Amino acid sequence: MNRIDQSNGLEFGIYTLGDHLPNPHTGEHISAEQRVKEIIEFAKLADQAGLDFFSVGESHQDYFATQAHSVVLAAIAQATKNIKIGSSSTIISTSDPVRVYEDFATVDLISGGRAEIIAGRASRVGLYDLLGYNLRDYEALFEEKFDLLRKINEEEVVNWSGEFRAPLNDARVIPRPKEGKLPIWRAVGGTPASAIKAGYAGVPMFLAHLAGPTAVFKRSIDAYRAALTEGGHDPVDFPIATAGLFFAAETTQEAQRTYYPHVNEGIKLTNGQGFSKRAFAQGEDVRDVLAVGSPQQIIEKILYQHEMYGHQRYIAQLDFGGVPFEQIRKNIELIATEVLPAIRKYTKEGS
Amino acid sequence: MNIVALSGSVVGSKTRTAINEVVRTFEKNYPEIDVQLIDLADYNIQFSDGRNYLEYEGDTGFVAKALMDADAIIIGSPIFQASIPGALKNIFDLLPVQAFTDKIAGIVMTAGSAKHYLVAEQQLKPILGYMKAQIVQSYVFAEEKDFSQKQIVNNDVSFRIERLVEDTYVLATTYAKIREEQDDAYDF
Repeated sequence: MNRIDQSNGLEFGIYTLGDHLPNPHTGEHISAEQRVKEIIEFAKLADQAGLDFFSVGESHQDYFATQAHSVVLAAIAQATKNIKIGSSSTIISTSDPVRVYEDFATVDLISGGRAEIIAGRASRVGLYDLLGYNLRDYEALFEEKFDLLRKINEEEVVNWSGEFRAPLNDARVIPRPKEGKLPIWRAVGGTPASAIKAGYAGVPMFLAHLAGPTAVFKRSIDAYRAALTEGGHDPVDFPIATAGLFFAAETTQEAQRTYYPHVNEGIKLTNGQGFSKRAFAQGEDVRDVLAVGSPQQIIEKILYQHEMYGHQRYIAQLDFGGVPFEQIRKNIELIATEVLPAIRKYTKEGS
Repeated sequence: MNIVALSGSVVGSKTRTAINEVVRTFEKNYPEIDVQLIDLADYNIQFSDGRNYLEYEGDTGFVAKALMDADAIIIGSPIFQASIPGALKNIFDLLPVQAFTDKIAGIVMTAGSAKHYLVAEQQLKPILGYMKAQIVQSYVFAEEKDFSQKQIVNNDVSFRIERLVEDTYVLATTYAKIREEQDDAYDF
């Protein structure tokens, strides 16, 4: 199921991982309460600005605040009116697909049919211990649970048996979402291998690309479309979303100066190694995916990516690393007044 | 500056003896520098399972973090089956692919005989290069006859260790300056 109307051009969305990091400029570390509330406000701003999509991620580790991301999404569903909402991503491997479906179908009903699920495998593995799963089942857990999630979406009454969950016999999974089904995406990281799996299975792809040459990520997109065709699917029916780091300011210099400490210190705390200044500086080039700069520069990049990828949705991560709320507000404003109108103008049908 | 001297084996004494000499030389010639000796024989380290290094606990997490926090590493390795020991390879496997970016790596090899002199060239340097280390090109190779009673008895080996320590120090301080200049050149 695909809710993207391509005649309106490239969709523009926002995602947050729900990271809860100190602001490196001031050292201030807001409370988890404030962070969660600000994420809900963030979604409201994105909705009011006319953006297409807002999603919240699930990470079970230090420096994150939205472990219960479906609960946060329920609050966002209530607080917003038109924007589509989803997860980025739901770690289906360590969750029960039945419960995940119940949660998201409910979020869909609260929001009036705006919910989507993006299912991933987790790049960090602490949650396997926390939630009682064996890391050795990393691949098998994802594939089995993701298949079950999709089956529940297709069939209201489910008959299923597998390795990692009790069998389902004529089980009715309710409530059903407003339109009977939810859009379900597969989250894909850096290499084409995962994109190929999404293609063979005939699932929409959500591709994370934080930094690096646009051409490198095109390999995953090409591999995905080729696998779709080989798997007997028509690539035209399957949307692609790309998601990456974003930060806009009046000038590129201001954007880089403001944002670099956030991304560098944030990645250091969450992954153990910072963002090299050289890679960040190279990110200024239009051929690099890093969307940090003036609105005009970001527009050029996203249009360049659209030309290369022919994707249907771009999703910006602009709050990573303790970006304060006033900067989030400023970014949404620049997106609404400058970036979004240009992207819609140049990507809508007949443009 | 933060230096780790790693004795990369859980058995034998020659590598530890040579690494002790490395640590003593650092302490003697550069007393202001913080040198940490890590002997894998003293730790209980699990096999890499691919997780981020911050997620390992206990001894494994301790050793991984110590190496990631170092500015320079001197790696001591014996030669087993024409290569480095599995215990040392596992240490590399625990770390991210670019773990040694902006780090200097010096090498001390110990062996039963000179037959495997090129193991460092052919087995260890490619790993360090892949992990983006700035390698001190000349390494120290010491064999059975250079040791007695857990002491280095060949003065030439002691002198070579002294030169390795100096090269590592000079490269580390120079490289830190180069990096600082490079980083300062950016406008953010």
